[in-house]
Amino acid sequence: MSGGTRLENANPLVFQRSGERLLTATDEDENVADPIDDREIFDILIRTVLSQSINDPEHPLSLEELNVVEQLRVNVNDQDSTVAVEFTPTIPHCSMATLIGLSIKVKLLRSLPGRFKIDVHITPGTHASEDAVNKQLADKERVAAALENSQLLEVVNQCLSSRAISGE
Amino acid sequence: MKDALDLLQRFSGHPDSRCWYVAWDPEGALLASCGGDRAVRIWGKEGESWVCKSALSDGHQRTVRKVAWSPCGTYLASASFDATTCIWKKKEDDFECLTVLEGHENEVKCVAWAPSGSQLATCSRDKSVWIWEVDEEDEYECVSVVNAHTQDVKHVVWHPTRELLASASYDNNVCIYKEEDDDWERRATLEGHTSTVWSLAFDPSGQRLASCSDDRTVKIWKESGPHEGDASDAWKCVCTLSGFHGRTIYDISWCRLTGAMVTACGDDGIRVFKEEVTSDPDQPLFSMSVHVAKAHSQDVNCVAWNPKEPGLLASCSDDGEIAIWSYKSEDV
Repeated sequence: MSGGTRLENANPLVFQRSGERLLTATDEDENVADPIDDREIFDILIRTVLSQSINDPEHPLSLEELNVVEQLRVNVNDQDSTVAVEFTPTIPHCSMATLIGLSIKVKLLRSLPGRFKIDVHITPGTHASEDAVNKQLADKERVAAALENSQLLEVVNQCLSSRAISGE
Repeated sequence: MKDALDLLQRFSGHPDSRCWYVAWDPEGALLASCGGDRAVRIWGKEGESWVCKSALSDGHQRTVRKVAWSPCGTYLASASFDATTCIWKKKEDDFECLTVLEGHENEVKCVAWAPSGSQLATCSRDKSVWIWEVDEEDEYECVSVVNAHTQDVKHVVWHPTRELLASASYDNNVCIYKEEDDDWERRATLEGHTSTVWSLAFDPSGQRLASCSDDRTVKIWKESGPHEGDASDAWKCVCTLSGFHGRTIYDISWCRLTGAMVTACGDDGIRVFKEEVTSDPDQPLFSMSVHVAKAHSQDVNCVAWNPKEPGLLASCSDDGEIAIWSYKSEDV
């Protein structure tokens, strides 16, 4: 990885955030089991902020504002216990793509019950090394080994620092 | 499908962690397991239940990926992400660390003992396969380093009778090695899988090799003799099992006693395959005789047939659990 001082993409396009999730009557009914859905996973991810490495550490942008994660690219099937997320690197040669994908995967691994099969891929056609990055992210042995590397884990944890969606 | 895989017992082998691998000792009485908690545990049967006989927890600094018993059953080797391989010696009921094999640049993914017991192979994310020799004084020496793969080497397995080694890699290939003039050389590259090859198993006679992959297929390879005027050996794919597995196939085991083949899959399932008796050796046919869809609550990482008791199977999973199964077939 290159040093954090030189920005690859100093002026990224900033996208509008989606509105708050609207609660329905059954959401608040404790007797109704709520399946995990696309929006819930999307909400977990958009709270994830890419600090330092990608942008101004004082004003980090969220994955949603960078358009790295969009709700329509999040697919959840609670019954089959599968979550598939496609993420879009900000530029096609983004050297951070593996780290962003790893951070998304770790965020989901930490947030979801163990029964879920989590697949994280690059949005097709949006990165020069798409296949290589996808293969690395799918290899759980490599992911497990990477997360035992304390330096790398620290970088991932920095990426995963969250902030509140409202009231900044 | 009239065959059945009955669960005998399920226990937590590596609580709050992942159980990566299990291996039966040559007598089939002890089961060694390893996992993300950096521990190796030895399990034995007491009455009807499996209990932990010893815990080898001070050998490794990181995940223990695989364990292997020596053919005599006295030694146990453990391969770890900490780049080392530990050799443990059994002393009555306990194990002591005899030596630590160092040299790989990073994660050691697999270790395997040759049938003679005098050689050992290790492989790593550093893309190399190392062959070690053991003398009577329990001294280990690396005799060969082979760089035949272009990516991590995931698994190594020895031929059951001949001095022949096979390796599987993230580069989608399988390589076959032989000793030539005191040096180990690649003799063949088996190309065909379209993603990472995770594990390998020879059939009971050693004539065929099965490989399982992230491409969700199992391939059966058969040696077709050396090429004319060529130093390499030829292995061809004689069978591909596709359409059975829903996700990555992490492990495969071919039973020496029954000839049944079993797979461990990332879709939480365990599947047993039987070979059709009438088939042509160059065009074998396999049918799935049992499919346990939710064998574990998470990915199944390893399956191992017991070497002495026909149909006895051990499996382990990302949920940290180990399960013991009994396979019953109409014709076993």
